[in-house]
Amino acid sequence: MRLAELKNHQRELYHFQLRIGIAAIAVSVAFALLAARFVYLQVIQHDFYHTKAEDNRISVVPIAPNRGLILDRNGVVLARNYSAYTLEIMPAKVADPERTVSELADVIEIQAKDRTRFRKLLQELRNAESIPIRTRLSDEEVARFAAQRYRFPGVEIKARLFRQYPKGELASHVIGYIGRINQAEKEKLDEEGQAANYRGTDFIGKTGIEASYQQELHGTAGVEQVEIDAAGRGIRTLSRTSPQSGNNLTLTLDIKLQEVAEAAFGDRRGALVAIDPTTGGVLALVSKPGFDPNLFVDGIDAASWEALNTSPDRPLNNRALTGQYPPGSTFKPFMALAALELGKRSPSYTISDPGFFSLPGVSHRWHDWKAGGHGTVDMHRSIVISCDTYYYGLGNELGIDNIHGFISRLGFGAKTGIDIDGEKPGLLPSQDWKMKRYRQKWFAGDTISVAIGQGYNLATPVQLAYATAILAANGAGYRPHLVARVENTRTGEMHSLESSPERGTSFNPAHVALLKRAMVDVTRPGGTAARAGAGAPYTFAGKTGTAQVVAMRQGEKYDEKRVAERHRDHALFIAFAPAESPKIALAVLVENGGHGSSAAAPLARAVLDYYLLGTQPESASRPADAEDEEEEAD
Amino acid sequence: MELIQFTPRRIIARLSAGIDGALLMIAVALVALGLATLYSASYDLPARVTGQAMNLLVAFGLMWLMAQIPPQTLMRFAVPAYAAGLLLLIAVALFGDVVNGARRWLHVGVTRFQPSEVMKIAMPLMLAWWFHRHEATLRAREFFVAGVMLVVPVVLIARQPDLGTAVLVAAAGFYVIFFAGLSWKVLLGVGAATLAGLAPLWGLLHDYQRRRILTLLDPTQDPLGAGYHIIQSTIAVGSGGIGGKGWLKGTQTHLEFIPEKHTDFILAVFSEEFGLVGNGLLLGLYILLIARGLMIAANAPTFFARLLAASITLTFFTYAFVNMGMVTGILPVVGVPLPFISYGGTALATLFVGIGILMSIHKHRKLVQT
Repeated sequence: MRLAELKNHQRELYHFQLRIGIAAIAVSVAFALLAARFVYLQVIQHDFYHTKAEDNRISVVPIAPNRGLILDRNGVVLARNYSAYTLEIMPAKVADPERTVSELADVIEIQAKDRTRFRKLLQELRNAESIPIRTRLSDEEVARFAAQRYRFPGVEIKARLFRQYPKGELASHVIGYIGRINQAEKEKLDEEGQAANYRGTDFIGKTGIEASYQQELHGTAGVEQVEIDAAGRGIRTLSRTSPQSGNNLTLTLDIKLQEVAEAAFGDRRGALVAIDPTTGGVLALVSKPGFDPNLFVDGIDAASWEALNTSPDRPLNNRALTGQYPPGSTFKPFMALAALELGKRSPSYTISDPGFFSLPGVSHRWHDWKAGGHGTVDMHRSIVISCDTYYYGLGNELGIDNIHGFISRLGFGAKTGIDIDGEKPGLLPSQDWKMKRYRQKWFAGDTISVAIGQGYNLATPVQLAYATAILAANGAGYRPHLVARVENTRTGEMHSLESSPERGTSFNPAHVALLKRAMVDVTRPGGTAARAGAGAPYTFAGKTGTAQVVAMRQGEKYDEKRVAERHRDHALFIAFAPAESPKIALAVLVENGGHGSSAAAPLARAVLDYYLLGTQPESASRPADAEDEEEEAD
Repeated sequence: MELIQFTPRRIIARLSAGIDGALLMIAVALVALGLATLYSASYDLPARVTGQAMNLLVAFGLMWLMAQIPPQTLMRFAVPAYAAGLLLLIAVALFGDVVNGARRWLHVGVTRFQPSEVMKIAMPLMLAWWFHRHEATLRAREFFVAGVMLVVPVVLIARQPDLGTAVLVAAAGFYVIFFAGLSWKVLLGVGAATLAGLAPLWGLLHDYQRRRILTLLDPTQDPLGAGYHIIQSTIAVGSGGIGGKGWLKGTQTHLEFIPEKHTDFILAVFSEEFGLVGNGLLLGLYILLIARGLMIAANAPTFFARLLAASITLTFFTYAFVNMGMVTGILPVVGVPLPFISYGGTALATLFVGIGILMSIHKHRKLVQT
């Protein structure tokens, strides 16, 4: 009995110890599994997890470079940066941005336009890290927010560089402005492989030099490696590569000359382009009205944007580059040059002007601007008095193919290649063009209008100035450009952008001399711009022009006083001086200004006087409708 | 004349009576590693280290006390402890405090405690007593009753919900039943039935428990949500490499990428700073502890003592395995602390009560024979 119990007990103990053994094996297997897992993670996959831990720990923070400055030819600052505090909200860290803004308004003044801009940016920049709600905080506002900071997680004060245009509206179409990078620009930067360089950059050039020289101005972003904790707070800086500021641009523009030119326009609309014919450097480029580029810097408010966009004066439109106008009589010297160079006219050839021109078998009469005609006219006189009939006949004789072939060598009908975006090509018509555009063959009558710069003829002010500069330089065409030099701000290295002439045309000096004499006589007694040229102490070569805005019916008499202001003719004038060795060539256009002689020529005179003599006009007075020796109105 | 007894030597002798040197050294080594790791993890909460030191004093006291109680006496506490534990669990279900969405805590005077912790000891105690009492007549009925005594508190704990403790209590009870001699047929049958019952069990789980299991299968599914803990702890472990980043130098730890770094995920801190070498040491210490415990169980004089010792020892194993498996991403995240290392007074107290019981069983291995 006891033995059985003992046996039973021993069997039980045996079974128990067997199970202890099984448990020990199970434990060993389980721990072996864990050990294998540790080896896998800590040896085999170590590099992978090491990288992950470093990625966790280190945040690469881009540092945006300072944007390069824009200076005029004499070193006057046209665009610069200044540091200011902004109040910014990080959308990812704020549950309800609208509520945060409302609460912030108790601490810091937030205007309706700030809210509107914030909302707009919030919508446009979905992935933005932080979005400004207020810019340019005063020191007092910064202090007030700092005291209340604990209430606003996800709201921070940041020191940011802002762009400033100290000259305001002056040369606004040249300098342009910057604005926040939008989605399309972001995608473009991605395509260009610039995404990394722009990671810390919020702003990009939108128009003008700011846009076309964006790459030079931007610079190279720096990088800071910051150790961060799980909440993304920076703990310490591990390494830092400084950003490299953008390059400074020195323009060929003379801001004082620009000021004189803009003042001369007063509140009239129009454009002026003045070029140094020996280099192609643009000395002044006016498009009136302008705008204040400073409005755009931290996001333009809706009201100002609306006003700029809906104004019938279209102040955002750069007329000098995008305005395409019939060149009118300013086209005549180029036609005369074509006739001389192609041997179709000798200088002494004369016509007898009855006041109109007609083609055999066509009843239509092309009238001269002067009823009854100018009598006997040779080439010199045709320019001085701006005889239409002379050019009607000449155009007919040259034919459109010759005209297109020769005139295109002066830069008409193609972009000049000026270093601001958005330039329009104008229009120098040809048979091909008409066929493509209208599916119509070219008529002889079409050529007649083209010959006096009307008809299908269209040119931008910069094209006119360029052609004038080519003529002034005896055929040497230097691409018009605004930037003279690029300065590397780190090394101080200068890089000149001025180049050799790209149009190697050389005209017969005798032909050019003849035209220059005629154009000088335009501004002398007996010429169409005698009044504007009166008393000029230098040889002032010019040519007036008037471009029709509304086509006149056959036989209709143009009466300036009866025509609505916006339907009045555009006044044009091209000029260069001194004629014997030109230092400046220009084209002026005054929209709906009326006659070139009275509205446009005095502007040219003011610019030439300042540039050549350094004299300021007493006042930018609007010239009276006083009669010149002879008034032109074709 | 008996005053002579109170010499320092005698006092030490009295204090060390019943203390098993081997178990104590293993436990002290583990606790030392734990304090060092906790110090590194607590750069933001230095009070945690002193707090844990206080917890340790209490725990050592409990260990000493338990080591003095012979298993025979302990057996008498089985039924009251189990009954009290069960009542407390019911009380928690009715009046417990809700912390972090789980009803686990019960107010007792000025402090709160988790009655489920009591069950970690009371469960094996009760079942060992039960089988001991029916030692001569163990039949299916006894195993069935034991099964019921196991399931009721486990379900109560799982419902709180506290999956981690439920797993540990269930494991402690299961080990007793296993060592009591549950037939392999039933074992396999229950195992198969459990697998078959997983589907309906899935329906009983809370959303966050389900998410934890799903996230375990693919943590990258939810890298900032439920998967975050596992991803970050795995990165910490893996980036530790062979030698570790060095004490106090864990970047994942010190830059707050590791969640629950004082408690359930303290192994991530340890692994990051001490590497594979440290983990080998840790696994070695656990193996020593378990080996010593199983040896004590194998040599225990009574059925009760054997079952209790084996169950307690394997509970240590369960703690370690579940926690390490969870931190390294091979087991679901159930709230189980790393034994002797994680911060937490209650868990530490329970563990050292277990150590104390093992010591007592070891001490009385020859004194009482059945």
